[in-house]
Amino acid sequence: MGRAGRIAGLFLASFVPLAHAEQPHARYNLQQPVTGIAEQINDMHTLMLVICLFIFVGVFGVMFWAVFNHRKAKGAVAAHFHENTAVEIAWTVIPVLILLGMAWPATKTVIAMKDTSNPDITVKATGYQWKWGYDYLQGEGEGIRFLSALSTPREQIEGSAPKGDAYLLEVDNPLVVPVGKKIRVLLTANDVIHSWWVPAFGVKQDAIPGFIRDTWFRAEKEGIYRGNCAELCGRDHGFMPVVVHVLSAEKYAAWVAEQKAKATAASPSVTAPGQG
Amino acid sequence: MNQASGMHAADHYFVPEPSKYPIVGSIALLLFGSGAALWLNAVPVGRWLLFLGVATLIFMMFGWFGQVVRESEGGKYGHRVDKSFRWSMGWFIFSEVMFFAAFFGALFYARVLSVPWLSSGDNAALLWQGYTGAWPTAGPYAPDAFTPMGAWGIPAINTLILLSSGVTLTWAHYGLLNGKRGQLKLGLAVTILLGAIFLSLQAYEYAHAYADLNLRMDSGIYGSTFYLLTGFHGMHVTVGAIMLTVMLFRAFAGHFRPESHFGFEAAAWYWHFVDVVWLMLFVVVYWL
Amino acid sequence: MAAVTPEQLHGHHAPSGLMRWLTTTNHKDIGTMYMVFSFIMFLSGGVMALTIRAELFQPGLQVVQPEFFNQLTTMHGLVMVFGAIMPAFVGFANWMIPLMIGASDMAFARMNNWSFWLLPPAAILLIGSFFVPGGATAAGWTLYAPLSVQMGMGMDLAIFAIHIMGISSIMGAINIVVTVLNMRAPGMTMMKMPLFCWTWLITAYLLIAVMPVLAGAVTMVLTDRHFGTSFFNAAGGGDPVMYQHIFWFFGHPEVYIMILPAFGIVSQIIPTFARKPLFGYASMVYATASIAILSFAVWAHHMFATGMPAAGQLFFMYATMLIAVPTGVKVFNWVATMWRGALSFETPMLWAVGFIFVFTMGGFTGLICAIAPIDIQVQDTYYVVAHFHYVLVAGSLFALFAGAYYWLPKWTGHMPSEALGKLHFWCSMIFFNITFFPMHFLGLAGMPRRIPDYALQFADFNAMASVGAFGFGLSQLIFLVAVVKCIRGGERAAARSWESAEGLEWTVPSPAPHHTFEEAPVIR
Ligand code: HEA
Ligand code: HEA
Ligand code: CUA
Ligand SMILES: [Cu+2]
Repeated sequence: MGRAGRIAGLFLASFVPLAHAEQPHARYNLQQPVTGIAEQINDMHTLMLVICLFIFVGVFGVMFWAVFNHRKAKGAVAAHFHENTAVEIAWTVIPVLILLGMAWPATKTVIAMKDTSNPDITVKATGYQWKWGYDYLQGEGEGIRFLSALSTPREQIEGSAPKGDAYLLEVDNPLVVPVGKKIRVLLTANDVIHSWWVPAFGVKQDAIPGFIRDTWFRAEKEGIYRGNCAELCGRDHGFMPVVVHVLSAEKYAAWVAEQKAKATAASPSVTAPGQG
Repeated sequence: MNQASGMHAADHYFVPEPSKYPIVGSIALLLFGSGAALWLNAVPVGRWLLFLGVATLIFMMFGWFGQVVRESEGGKYGHRVDKSFRWSMGWFIFSEVMFFAAFFGALFYARVLSVPWLSSGDNAALLWQGYTGAWPTAGPYAPDAFTPMGAWGIPAINTLILLSSGVTLTWAHYGLLNGKRGQLKLGLAVTILLGAIFLSLQAYEYAHAYADLNLRMDSGIYGSTFYLLTGFHGMHVTVGAIMLTVMLFRAFAGHFRPESHFGFEAAAWYWHFVDVVWLMLFVVVYWL
Repeated sequence: MAAVTPEQLHGHHAPSGLMRWLTTTNHKDIGTMYMVFSFIMFLSGGVMALTIRAELFQPGLQVVQPEFFNQLTTMHGLVMVFGAIMPAFVGFANWMIPLMIGASDMAFARMNNWSFWLLPPAAILLIGSFFVPGGATAAGWTLYAPLSVQMGMGMDLAIFAIHIMGISSIMGAINIVVTVLNMRAPGMTMMKMPLFCWTWLITAYLLIAVMPVLAGAVTMVLTDRHFGTSFFNAAGGGDPVMYQHIFWFFGHPEVYIMILPAFGIVSQIIPTFARKPLFGYASMVYATASIAILSFAVWAHHMFATGMPAAGQLFFMYATMLIAVPTGVKVFNWVATMWRGALSFETPMLWAVGFIFVFTMGGFTGLICAIAPIDIQVQDTYYVVAHFHYVLVAGSLFALFAGAYYWLPKWTGHMPSEALGKLHFWCSMIFFNITFFPMHFLGLAGMPRRIPDYALQFADFNAMASVGAFGFGLSQLIFLVAVVKCIRGGERAAARSWESAEGLEWTVPSPAPHHTFEEAPVIR
């Protein structure tokens, strides 16, 4: 299928809500959620979209009705009304009620997103120009620390080599966490503001130099999840992805053991690389 | 179209002739902006461009305001032009208020939010151990200690000076309203003198801060807000004093009548605005 | 654009040639210069946008290097916002407000000249910054600290350019406020004023209130850069996020500065071509005022991802959502004006209806951004880029085109070509949507903004957007042709150029003589 064909296909697909469920990469809607929060965000977005669509169809249904039927060319003669207190009150009050309906679920999610208490594991992520540093502060894996930078080869970016599947979304040392555990992420930065973003988790938190901000997620499904730095941070802002491996409890324990072994083998000051 | 039959003359609103001053002013600011940017980046020619820009700006102001004064004294401005001046001066001062609001906002934000944040919770535990955040502060990194500026020395005297200058200015205004030209001139002169004393004390205070207190622009957020707030205020006092000086010259030249003297009033409004800003500064920068 | 002959010029000693334009105190000359300037800026910003789109046509780096890409993005935003959209609206205000309220000129005609002539120096500083060592600032049009503290000399030039444009805007705004309040012809009460004057009056207040705040923000960046202050540096007790609060305190009202006059223009055009008075005039005025007042309490919806306390997020979310109510009132009023009218679709009306349709889509995506948890997903993605081009291009820019076609007869004395105008409209409408609609999908699927290169799954929609952008850009040349032809000649325009246009501007001849209403008309 040529590019034009694919675009047309995507357009059609965009009207079939479930077509994307098994796709590896989202293309026209939010990525497949793997945390409760991301799930709520997805649902809320769908709800908003539907409400807005209804209002849109209503308002523009009326407008296009007028456009097609109240034309001078069709002999329409202009009426002269220019006020009607009842409708004006109605179209002020009804939107307020609709907005209240939207605000309610949003409020609940905001409060849930802010609840970083009682984590199983705490990781500190530090933004650098242009890579991430991870520091396991508490919980299983405490003490592990490493840097995580883009691993896409230069040739792929410059076009002298074919681009791989995870082009620009791959790193040398991903963040590794166990499935089903509450992970609290503390964010800070070393130079300018960066933003740590994993769409599938519904998490985006700016990393602000000199301050610690926190967020949390509990990934419900094993897998590899990819995101980007989401705040303009200078030249290579487009080249500092975030990759998280979510492992089963056993595999995670094994990974931790491996990291600890490497750390003791190497000289203590060196940062231990994770797995590829 | 100006065959002024009595009634129409009242309607007529003075529209000035084409004028070269605005474009001169634009060139001045182009020189000023490019000169300042070059100078800040250590390109030597920048300084000269900057000075040239300032000189051009001064030339422009002399010419432009001179023309306004001539038009005003020539009776070209009727009642409605006067009203326009009043509205515009009022909104201009409001825009100045908003400019200061940005800096007061920064001070407020630092004292109420960022400094307490830095000295508590995760920020204190992980990044800035041992930082207490007691105001005044140069921040958690604080390489050099400094002594803050006390409120009850020079600043308190300056407060008195500015407050009395407001009184003398009002006294001058009464002189003008009651046709007592001597009182007008004396009041203006004393006001300007008080302004000059204020500025000299302020300059002395800065020298003292740098020499004895180690309080500098780079003394963290305290130094930043201290110097930018007081510095911009000082610049406004300077401008206000220049405006009043012009008014003094005009008073000597016999300008202003009890029923029409908006130039004087505009300068007075400005002076009172600068006064009020100082009072807020005194309370939040020096005292609290 | 005014076809004014030298004889019409004031007095015998009025300067001619270039000096006429450099020294003029005539609101029509100044209005024309504002519009010409803003169109030049629109083309410059557009060329930057096309370079961006060319780089994003396919994955990988082909056209520009990342650092230059960021400069282009930044300058595109700055040039479009401060150089194209804002001055264009000021140009409309200059031309039309005195005509609409029966004033002989703006209240401060000489200062008016300066307001305009400050813009070219600012543009020289801004665009010139591309050519200094280190190039233009690449910190985004929002100039967030501390990234903007890292930049080179281009940043300083941008700061001074912003100062100068700020002075220009404040003087222009004061002029408009005073003109509207003090120069109305006898009998022209506030509640009889055309809505365009009302929306501009309120916009002018917004300008006076927020431009100085922007000046303060960039001044602090300047001192942080060169004088060792620590406003945005945590080590010294400051906070980078403080910059964002100050910037957006300006920035959010700023986006309404760019849309309220557009609402005004559309409110002039719809009644004319519906042949029916505007529905709900008073509620339009109140809605405009409510939008302006609310705009001061929503700024942190641009900062949901900075990690504000929950109470802050909720407050700003609720306040932002509320703005949908007065904006909705406006949309409903326009539709009600069209309802049971006798509609015809000359070019200005097409643009106005197109505006309502597409702007509302941008409004809805704004509302979706306002929901804090959803914004956490879409912040700093192409979803936001799509949102604001729907409100800025299909909103502000389309309304400007609508107004230009509507008042060109008054400016030039000739009717603009309907064929060209309609072609311009349909090309723009179609290419606009091809360019920006796919960006919604890109953003939702996770493409960040301000990146020169992207992951492979975004390739198709990016290619589509790039093709659309070139189409949209070329379509704008139709406008240039239409305007030039209209100045050169064409069907003569009557004083009342559109059958049922109401308002004082249609009582003076077309083209409007150099001086109008030297003696105030009396409004019954
Ligand atoms: C002309 C400019 C303009 C206008 C008018 C708007 C209008 C709105 N904007 Fe937009 N916005 C921008 C320009 C504009 N915006 C820009 C430039 C940015 C990005 C800046 C940057 O980061 O570079 C931005 C970003 C932006 C964000 C931040 C996104 C992010 O960075 O994550 C948000 C979040 O709340 C937002 C919200 C809104 C809302 C709620 C409106 C509302 O005013 C919209 C109201 C309109 C409607 C809702 C439609 C009509 C209403 C009805 C038909 C009534 C019935 C409807 C209901 C009850 C639902 N905008
Ligand atoms: C205010 C109004 C405004 C307007 C009118 C536009 C107009 C356009 N913008 Fe926008 N844009 C912004 C304001 C605006 N923009 C802002 C504020 C940002 C954010 C910046 C930031 O992140 O800091 C932004 C960012 C932005 C981006 C994101 C960049 C990034 O994140 O890296 C993109 C990407 O596609 C884009 C595209 C376009 C396009 C294709 C147009 C088109 O509509 C332009 C059409 C015009 C022309 C193309 C010129 C006319 C034609 C010619 C000169 C003839 C020659 C033509 C050919 C040779 C084809 N803009
Ligand atoms: Cu780091 Cu963008
Ligand atoms: Cu906003």
